[in-house]
Amino acid sequence: MADNEFDFSAIETRLGVSRRTFLKFCTGVAASLGLGNNAAYAMAEAVADRKKRPPVIWLHGQECTGPTEALLRSEQPSLEHLILDLISLDYHQTLDAGAGHRVEEIKRHAMQEHKGKYLLVVEGAIPLAQNGIFCKIGGQTMTDATREAAEHAAAIVAYGSCASWGGVQSASPNPTGAVGAPQFLTDKTVVTIPGCPPNPANFIGTVLFFVTYGKLPPIDEKGRPKWAYGRLIHENCYRRPHFDAGRFATEFGDEGHRKGYCLYKLGCKGPETYNNCPSLEFNNVGGGVWPIGVGHPCFGCSEQGTGFHKALFSLSDVKTHTPPNTFPTIDAREGTSSATVATAAVAGVAVGAALGASAVAGRKLGNRDADQE
Amino acid sequence: MNRRDFLRASLGSAAAALTSSGASARPNLTPAPEAIGMLFDSTLCVGCKACVSACKAVNGLPPTLLGDDVQYDSARDLSHETYNVIKVYTNGKPVAKDSETDGFAFEKRSCMHCVDPGCVSVCPVTALVRHPLTGIVTYDKDACIGCRTCMTGCPYNVPQFDYDNPWGMLHKCQMCNQKGVERIDKGGMTGCAEACPTGATLFGSRTALLEEAKRRMQLRPGEIYNYPRGDVRQPSSHHEKAVPHYQHHVWGEKEAGGTNVMHISSIPFDKLGMPPLGERSHVSISEGVQHTLYSYMALPAVVLGGLTWLVKRNTDDEGDDV
Repeated sequence: MADNEFDFSAIETRLGVSRRTFLKFCTGVAASLGLGNNAAYAMAEAVADRKKRPPVIWLHGQECTGPTEALLRSEQPSLEHLILDLISLDYHQTLDAGAGHRVEEIKRHAMQEHKGKYLLVVEGAIPLAQNGIFCKIGGQTMTDATREAAEHAAAIVAYGSCASWGGVQSASPNPTGAVGAPQFLTDKTVVTIPGCPPNPANFIGTVLFFVTYGKLPPIDEKGRPKWAYGRLIHENCYRRPHFDAGRFATEFGDEGHRKGYCLYKLGCKGPETYNNCPSLEFNNVGGGVWPIGVGHPCFGCSEQGTGFHKALFSLSDVKTHTPPNTFPTIDAREGTSSATVATAAVAGVAVGAALGASAVAGRKLGNRDADQE
Repeated sequence: MNRRDFLRASLGSAAAALTSSGASARPNLTPAPEAIGMLFDSTLCVGCKACVSACKAVNGLPPTLLGDDVQYDSARDLSHETYNVIKVYTNGKPVAKDSETDGFAFEKRSCMHCVDPGCVSVCPVTALVRHPLTGIVTYDKDACIGCRTCMTGCPYNVPQFDYDNPWGMLHKCQMCNQKGVERIDKGGMTGCAEACPTGATLFGSRTALLEEAKRRMQLRPGEIYNYPRGDVRQPSSHHEKAVPHYQHHVWGEKEAGGTNVMHISSIPFDKLGMPPLGERSHVSISEGVQHTLYSYMALPAVVLGGLTWLVKRNTDDEGDDV
């Protein structure tokens, strides 16, 4: 073994997984981020190094704890060990063993101790109506708790649709004035991992990137990591060829539905929802299990203005089919194909030959006339 | 009669014929009693081109390839192998759908099945026929002599000739009702309307479609409307959508006598490439002129008489000289 190679023996005992399983996990995460083997190794080192573990403050607002539950039930080996060990989870209302004022005290203490270094994860929407009285934890409103924790956070991650843009409680008429963390913390950069629940792989990948490189991965204008939310579900959907060929299921259980045709007519929101469900499926369940995989139209749970806002069976806007795409313009005419160019060339040669022949014939005739004279 | 008088007389009779033709020109034809048509709502179209695929499948047409690099159907316009094509209007930075500025919109090109069809009027051998009952404009390849006059008679550039084929014939949409397909006669609908997932191409009787188009224009923008799909008279399904800002103009209600395939949009139609047509059908004017000129073969007889007289005079002159 080379001297510079990292010793993973400690992690085997610490996490209770083999070195091989651990490296496989890191490679998998790096691959889904679009990074190579070097990055996987860097991630493995970062996770194995206990000093690099960032302290995490995890807040819950208006929500069902779905994102946390999804994270805990992840299918990858020993994931809960990894997630709990790769970060130092100092405060998490669902997972903390303790309760009451003691836990709140620990939170304040941790925030003080790791000022400017901790990672803030917000889960759940923040109600703004009536000074935020609709959500209180330990006598503190969610608005106050979020602002307090965000003040000295190294990075802020909004995990789940509720935290990203408001989720189900922001649907009309939104009596509590629920908004997501980016709408509340307008002066901060908030990375959003929307989904209801979001895929834990999207969260772990983002956090691992942060742990490894000390910065957040590239994000789009809605704060979503581009590696996970860069493409529409429609772009990678395996029912897409049916869409292009005009084969649609028109009602549940009809012939088209049984044959696996496109679910667009049933209100699939895949054409307007950015997520990586077609490649990662739903919450790492595997086996083709995700809404479109089991024959249900996409609900658009991760997309602001779509999930919980548009009716389930209403048609979505097809964002892939926008210019510039391969559409002929209004005044486009069928261009000259290679066949007609060839035809023109042949015709040109023929005309040229005829002209030449007549010129020669003309000269010969002229000569004959001259001879006769 | 000297040369001067002859010219004056012939000009005078021609002028008289033209003037009288103005008065005796026939009116626009009226829609067939059970006119079948389609309504294309540009604001509903999502550009999926399912209609193009379905059309090619029903009519047995090959894909139009752009070259060796693009190996999928990518027709740019109507052609002998494309009876139906989706085109795009763009302006500035095309971000907002159905917006005239900095926006984009989809537009369909296919046979409009005119109420007073130019192609039928100009066809010398009656290969193109407007069905007396349904108003569908069909084409008989066995009658066609390949003169392609119909291509000049159509204001929408619809009939297309297969130039690469030595036995080439004319190609156009026949509303899926040509011999061997006959979907309408069998009680079905057109392939494009059946495939359309949003009801942007809606099938039905011209009356029902016109009614539907006008109903949509009466709706308040933003209001939720239940859009039908398939056949407007018995829709296969509906879907809910907010009403856009429609232009209060049904293209095909009155244009050049009207069409059976009508369009509605939120973009003015001149931007969508529709030709400037008045309400008067060009066919009614041209037929008026032609039929007057040739009624009872009067004008040919006059011209022939004049020519004969000229020739006779000229030959007489020649005779004098010899």
